[in-house]
Amino acid sequence: MADMTPAAIDDAILRAISLNRTEYARITDLMGRPPSEVELGIFGALWSEHCGYKHSRPHLRTMPTQSEAILVAAGEENAGAVDIGDGLAVVFKIESHNHPSAVEPFQSAATGVGGIIRDIFTMGARPIALFDSLRFGPLDKPRNRYLANGIIGGVGFYGNCVGIPTVGGEVVVDESYEGNPLVNAMCVGLLPHDRLTSATATGTGNPLILVGADTGRDGVHGATFASVEDPEASTRGVVQVGNPFLEKLLIEACLELLETDAVVGMQDLGAAGLTSSAVEAAGRGGAGVKLNIDKVSRRTANLTPYEVMLSESQERMLVVATRGREAEVIALFDRWGLHSDIIGEVTDDGHVTVLDEGNQVARIPIEFLIDAPEYELPVVRPDYLDRVQALDLAQVPESDDLAATLLELLAAPNIASKYCVYRTYDQTVGTNTVSGPGSDAAVLRIKGTKRAIAIATDGNGRHVFLNPRGGGARAVAEAARNVVCTGAEPIAITNCLNFGSPTEPAVYYQFAEAVAGISEACERLGTPVTGGNVSFYNEANNRQIHPTPVIGMLGVLEDINNRSDSAFKDTDDVIALIGPLESDLDGSEYLKLIHGIEAGAPGIDLDLEARVQAACLAGIRSGVVRSAHDVADGGLAVAVAESAIAGGIGATLDIDAADGRRDALLFGESASRIVVSTAPDRLADLERMCGENGASLTIIGRVGGARIALLPGVEVALEEADGAWQYGLADALASQNGRG
Amino acid sequence: MKACVIVFPGSNCDHDAQHALSEVAGFQADFVWHAETDLDGYDLIMIPGGFSYGDHLRSGAVARFAAAMGPVQEAARRGTPILGVCNGFQVLLEAGLLPGAMLRNAGLEFRHDWVGLRTERTDTIFTSACEPGQLLRMPIAHGDGNYYADPETIAELEGEGRVLFRYCDEAGETTPEANPNGSINNIAGITNERGNVLGMMPHPERASEMILGGDDGAQIWRSLVAHLEAVPVG
Repeated sequence: MADMTPAAIDDAILRAISLNRTEYARITDLMGRPPSEVELGIFGALWSEHCGYKHSRPHLRTMPTQSEAILVAAGEENAGAVDIGDGLAVVFKIESHNHPSAVEPFQSAATGVGGIIRDIFTMGARPIALFDSLRFGPLDKPRNRYLANGIIGGVGFYGNCVGIPTVGGEVVVDESYEGNPLVNAMCVGLLPHDRLTSATATGTGNPLILVGADTGRDGVHGATFASVEDPEASTRGVVQVGNPFLEKLLIEACLELLETDAVVGMQDLGAAGLTSSAVEAAGRGGAGVKLNIDKVSRRTANLTPYEVMLSESQERMLVVATRGREAEVIALFDRWGLHSDIIGEVTDDGHVTVLDEGNQVARIPIEFLIDAPEYELPVVRPDYLDRVQALDLAQVPESDDLAATLLELLAAPNIASKYCVYRTYDQTVGTNTVSGPGSDAAVLRIKGTKRAIAIATDGNGRHVFLNPRGGGARAVAEAARNVVCTGAEPIAITNCLNFGSPTEPAVYYQFAEAVAGISEACERLGTPVTGGNVSFYNEANNRQIHPTPVIGMLGVLEDINNRSDSAFKDTDDVIALIGPLESDLDGSEYLKLIHGIEAGAPGIDLDLEARVQAACLAGIRSGVVRSAHDVADGGLAVAVAESAIAGGIGATLDIDAADGRRDALLFGESASRIVVSTAPDRLADLERMCGENGASLTIIGRVGGARIALLPGVEVALEEADGAWQYGLADALASQNGRG
Repeated sequence: MKACVIVFPGSNCDHDAQHALSEVAGFQADFVWHAETDLDGYDLIMIPGGFSYGDHLRSGAVARFAAAMGPVQEAARRGTPILGVCNGFQVLLEAGLLPGAMLRNAGLEFRHDWVGLRTERTDTIFTSACEPGQLLRMPIAHGDGNYYADPETIAELEGEGRVLFRYCDEAGETTPEANPNGSINNIAGITNERGNVLGMMPHPERASEMILGGDDGAQIWRSLVAHLEAVPVG
């Protein structure tokens, strides 16, 4: 056997599990001996960035995680749980599947969806909605189109088959995602409070039952793979293949099982497979586990114990049953056509012990495994920020045809309708979808109550790149604003933090600052963090992605009848803007698309944001506001155009740039602004509500006609705007290279 | 009135169907597991949408061998109303209770959309509550909904008035643009000869409440209820 002492261990072995020499020395130190091969693999997986949050924990710990509505706080279980009233809770979480998607887009996106669904039903919740937040490189390149079409196809394939509606998400295109697309999937589940299930292993002697797919070699090293910087240069063996039909059976069987009292805990198998599943469950229960891995059913011959422990074969769940009730559990799974094996039991020794036909191949104290090393690096402001934040508008000529600019923006992939994408997703299965994709936020009714929930995802990598703290705060604020535009009160977030390599000082700064910005916004808006996922090492071809925290925001409508949407309703309705009319051009899509400039320091006044949201919410709840749409990508002009297109009715604005720039007035993306419409005779009520909430209200125009008239001489036909907006993304995605 | 919803492994519109039948249509609606062989006492049998058996082999191809399909065949012969929606339609085709087959959508993509349907007949147990030619809006959500049959079968279906719904535009025209999947003659739903078995790709259970964007699907429940109330139950 090779010399496994810290001084002599082969670099290649450590590279294969993405641990460094210092970490290895710490393992031998803790163990008092060199680890066995299986033990080293277990350490490698649990001390990976993906499972161990080595570089992120010191900052994640500072995020606000508590409020009256929080039933299960961040980090306690697989996902957070939030009270939505009437004895019901929502469990929701967003997670990335970025690196594998750069290699095999279809299957990786599909298994990304499958993985997040398991996180939700393992808590006892019925999954009721999916969201997909996607980032691609420019679509004029065939490789990027191939990845985009594959990813979209995989997302739809899995969600459609498993019967959970995909009701929202984002599609964003930027050079920084070239070679490293982002695939963030969010699942939302619903359950009565008393059905909340813990992913815990307790009760000495209770059997561990592995159910679902047989175990194969797929995905061995998936958890450490997420720390490899250039996934395309890696092998395909790490990619998993999903089976949504099997997942559907698991959902139904597990939810049925949880109605019995034969179960102590349940944990899905995700990254690092059986290893992390068993260790995390035992860690939560303060217990130990003994695994007889020769009892694990295999789909391929000659699997080593190492491979069985680290396989990431999909659609598997670990059930901790009550001793004596095994037969009942197995019979229930049999009825659903699911194979299950008793593969071990809970112990009281605080160790994970792995036996292969009676021979011990690993035995490690669980406390060592769940206590991954932590790295807090210096947070130093990188030099690039001074350069990009200096925006000299004198160097930016104002377009002389602003109407043409509006059409160009409406057709840009980041703004254009995503209909061509979401029409391939089942949006209405489950019969809860009140507002689906294309809305500011999805609205789902809660059967048997007057309530609804509203959910949105949001994240703007460019803003965070330009101003990490402000951009992080803005992501939360915009997600909350989207939810508010439906009439829901935002109550909690989940986040997926997609960043480059944390060992790059600039990236580490972006991470620390963005987390601080997210925390500030969550504090101010009363929306604690319920959990999520960190994805580091997103880079390709020596380029770091734009730092891209994606926020999933949950809101509650107490009365579903008091809701709104973005569509203008009636001729002569007054169009008004809640929040400031003036805007800067910092970090705008306009600067990027029209002038090729990424500059400025997009920031936010969170007090103002809270006032604007409160005013809008009051307006919608009282029925005064007839449409509400937040001002985001493309600015005021695009927001008005989108409301007009949604309502199939034009608009005429009466606004003035005074001595400012007309392009900033129309296309600036300053935060904290919502375009609303109201009947003329309710305008006074709206003004009063804005006054009461300390938010400004500016009358900016009237609904009506078949044109969108922005400024004197700046107008387009509604039909023309609609055409540009409808087909912009579809045209960009259309290709012979894509997958249908 | 009692209805049942057959549940296959992979059915995913079973809860939706049960909800619409019980909360909107007023049936006592039970789930019936695919392995059951007793369907006596049900006034309506619904075969819901989904991906039964993971669409292995072909959509609906495995489900037709399920134990419950025997009594479904018998109930069909007895004249019990049977409604198959989406994957349920595919199962009815595979089971031979309706003629023809489903091809991959013409666009080769899964399609979700609210589509227009023209009601072709109103003298049936499924459409008696509709106005003649009434336009209905309902969601579709399928990858294999491109209805195909040989020319003789199509001629027979058309000749006997067994096409109950066709995809149409807002004016009621059955244009190629209004056809979401390439079905022959824009066919969205057909019945058997006797008229007691309906298969349709659009989802009436998803269009039964205004809060979900429309309740045109409830016309089908109203028609069935009127029929069942008019005949002796059992």
